[in-house]
Amino acid sequence: MQRIGVFVCHCGTNIAATVDVVAVAEALQHEPGVVISKEYQYMCSEAGQELVKEAIKEHKLTGVVICSCSPRMHENTFRKAAAAAGLNPYMVEIANIREQCSWIHKDKTSGTEKAIILGRAAIAKVHLNAPLTAGQSPVIKRALVIGGGIAGIQTALDIADAGFEVDIVEKEPTIGGKMTQIDKTFPTLDCAACILTPKMVECAQNEKIRIHSYSEVSDVKGFVGNFNVTIKKKARFVDETKCTGCGLCTEKCPMKKVPDLFNLGMNNRRAIYIPFAQAVPKVATIDADYCNMLKNGKCGVCAKVCTAGAIDYKQQDQYIEEQYGAIVVATGFNPIKLDKYDEFAYSQSKDVITSLEFERLTNAAGPTSGTLLRPSDGKHPHTIVFVQCVGSRCDDSKGKSYCSKICCMYTAKHAMLTREKYPDTDVYVFYIDVRTPGKNFDEFYRRAVEQYGVHYIKGMVGKVTPKADGTLDVQASDLISNEQLHIDADLVVLAAAIEPDKSARPLATKLTASMDTNDFFTEAHAKLRPVESPTAGIFLSGACQGPKDIPETVSQAGAAAAKVIGLLSKNSLTCNPCVAQSDELMCNGCSACEKVCPYGAITYSEKEFRMPDRTTKLRRVASVNPAVCQGCGACTVTCPSGAMDLKGFSNRQIMAEVDAICK
Amino acid sequence: MQKAIIEKAKQLLADGTVNRVIGWKKGEFAYDSTPAVFESAEELENEFVYDDFTASNVSKYLIKESAKEGKVLVFLKPCDTYSFNQLVKEHRINRENVYVVGIECWGKADIEKIKARGISGIKSITNNEGTLTIETIYGTESIPTYEVMAERCLSCKSKKHVAYDELMGEEGEVIDSNRFDMVAQLENMTSEERYNFWRDQLSKCIRCNACRNVCPACTCEKCIFDNDNSGVANKAPADSFEENMFHIIRAFHVAGRCTDCGECSRVCPQNIPLHLLNRKFIKDINELYGEYQAGEDTESRGPLTAYTEDDCEPSVVHERGVE
Repeated sequence: MQRIGVFVCHCGTNIAATVDVVAVAEALQHEPGVVISKEYQYMCSEAGQELVKEAIKEHKLTGVVICSCSPRMHENTFRKAAAAAGLNPYMVEIANIREQCSWIHKDKTSGTEKAIILGRAAIAKVHLNAPLTAGQSPVIKRALVIGGGIAGIQTALDIADAGFEVDIVEKEPTIGGKMTQIDKTFPTLDCAACILTPKMVECAQNEKIRIHSYSEVSDVKGFVGNFNVTIKKKARFVDETKCTGCGLCTEKCPMKKVPDLFNLGMNNRRAIYIPFAQAVPKVATIDADYCNMLKNGKCGVCAKVCTAGAIDYKQQDQYIEEQYGAIVVATGFNPIKLDKYDEFAYSQSKDVITSLEFERLTNAAGPTSGTLLRPSDGKHPHTIVFVQCVGSRCDDSKGKSYCSKICCMYTAKHAMLTREKYPDTDVYVFYIDVRTPGKNFDEFYRRAVEQYGVHYIKGMVGKVTPKADGTLDVQASDLISNEQLHIDADLVVLAAAIEPDKSARPLATKLTASMDTNDFFTEAHAKLRPVESPTAGIFLSGACQGPKDIPETVSQAGAAAAKVIGLLSKNSLTCNPCVAQSDELMCNGCSACEKVCPYGAITYSEKEFRMPDRTTKLRRVASVNPAVCQGCGACTVTCPSGAMDLKGFSNRQIMAEVDAICK
Repeated sequence: MQKAIIEKAKQLLADGTVNRVIGWKKGEFAYDSTPAVFESAEELENEFVYDDFTASNVSKYLIKESAKEGKVLVFLKPCDTYSFNQLVKEHRINRENVYVVGIECWGKADIEKIKARGISGIKSITNNEGTLTIETIYGTESIPTYEVMAERCLSCKSKKHVAYDELMGEEGEVIDSNRFDMVAQLENMTSEERYNFWRDQLSKCIRCNACRNVCPACTCEKCIFDNDNSGVANKAPADSFEENMFHIIRAFHVAGRCTDCGECSRVCPQNIPLHLLNRKFIKDINELYGEYQAGEDTESRGPLTAYTEDDCEPSVVHERGVE
């Protein structure tokens, strides 16, 4: 029989307001095996821990039940306290009477009743607990960064700076991400390329950084400190090691009508291309959807002109396997598709564009070489209407419920730059609210209004109608003067909401990292662990976690790097001793557990068994490698005979908890 | 057919390909053929039988037989080959020690259906081209075979052998059967009707364990229901329905591995349509994860132990469960 101590925490009023903690301690006092039951204001405080330690010594406790907050909060605190008093830390069980009880109950009677039941279940479990000892597992001192935008670049640079090797996997032919498409950056108006490209070059030059461009993560196995990642290097039909990036092929390719995605399809490129002049790596890529040689074997011009002999039409997707100790997700964002927004005539008129397209139209490397011209007729627009919150802060199914955060500032930037370069242009901005909470952000916005004379109108644009003369009729309401407006615009710019990149959802599944309903990765704790995913060893950088501007992205990227460096500087990690084990006498050898194990921790072997009739028998049985097992329990529920069991969460323990709850 | 099979067995014994044969022999009555192991031509000649009542799926016996020295010959009907494959996949049968001869099957007779016609005192039953001639102590009766064919054979899923070393007769095809019709009917019931249906059926159970013992998917070294450590063995039931839960738990244990051979219902002395529980799982698996036939091959991963990114979300499964 165990000698169990029960400790009920008030958590100030967090628990005590809706749970009668004195009654809980009193009721649990009478459970089998309980020798002492106490309540205290803050069990996690030094004094509270002392209470637990003293009780362990005084009453010779063999098991401890703490009725308090979620084990995610203080399980470690109490395990350490128990260990300090000479008790095996795995003889401590937490009954979560806060998150799963007091916080969700309004009525004290039902809250108290439930707290007692939860306490009873934990006591029933402790009766079956056995002391466990944690092992150690080594840490592979290398990190993987998924996504090579500014977030990934900054994280990689910081990790490399600390002396660790780091790989960047980027799905596009070049790193740089969205920032390469942006013209100027708020609130200082530096040229984006001027501040980004040095970092790209630094990545390429850093000996610790390897860039896998035009590549994707195809499979992830393993766990914190020991990830096994399969990287798919997509066939670009150009040998990266030979291509010098001279660009001759991209000039000679006869296939001229390929939409240039770098310029969002506003002009054309060739079938073989380098996305832009400062691409890293500066290597050509053949677009297999357009290349005549790849489609029907007729052409081969690029191979003829390439003096380096880098063109390889027979190149295949290549899969490489690498090992990493930590993984950083930096998959970034995209503007949403606007095809559902007919009212803005985005698909009907070439002169209704997104803000990102506007960036390209004002960029020197863009389709108009930086002169702001209407896409339809190439004429200078005299009236421009900017529409904010297109798809952001929407409560309907078309858009996103959240604020995309960056649009207020870049729209102010667009408006200001337009007025500065083309003072003869009338600029209107329709907004719901102007949100400028960053450093020097409000000053920036006020400058656009006061100094540059941008017309800010509170209200939403209801309809954009293309007119016969080529202009656009913008119908809108001015909520302050309470009147309907019609503006004859030459160009309408939509501040489309941003959403996580589509590759994020399948990636999250591979990483077993959790996501919210908008497909943003969730952090381990919204306030206290903002750059870590709840999955150990997976970290978050940039807009994959939520909308962010560049300064925020960069600081989060640095924070993620710091977390990775902290992990990689350890030589080994303490393993979770709650691992699976197989009862070889019961094992059928069916391999079901081996197949479902996400960590490859289970192996099968033929073993000789002494049978009851004194013969020996060769049987195929499973065994678990405890250093690799992460205790997920997938094998235990798959095993048809119940031969697999999880230490610390055995079938018997769980059944005992259920029985205690149902009593 | 029986003659040709005996000849084949004798030949394979004689040329040393195998040293034992698994098949069927006549029981006490003409209609209770039972699985048996034969070791000589003489035994085969005298006792081996293959007729309308050799319904047993003998693949499960290979777990023990294939662990012994030497090769064993087994005659498998199309549906038995699915169970065989599944057992090979689960490493329960040592494939190298088995020589499989696939034999044709045109459906087996159900003695209960014959008895239901008021026929008793059966002395012998012979099949003459689709008609059963039944000699009884009261006289002779004739019935077309299909009229007394077992339910599971009327909704046969396949006449194709999915595993064999040698085939006797012609190979058949996978059949687009109506085997899920009854499951669909059950699904269309209200939850109360369905609950009553199963309570009525399962309350007949006497826990003889025949369904478990015959099931080729129930091959655990130690069944969870016999394991004292599991905490459920010999547990006093809280009410009569808890006892009935045995069948539902068993259906969960074989889900994704059950080949729908129908042996559970065949051997049930209380005539509980146990196969419907398994078919419900198979139907759900087909609809949620795509068509899957357990035992069709020896490599594929069952849908419940495999994961693909386009697997349906748990919420979809949940929605189906709510009326």
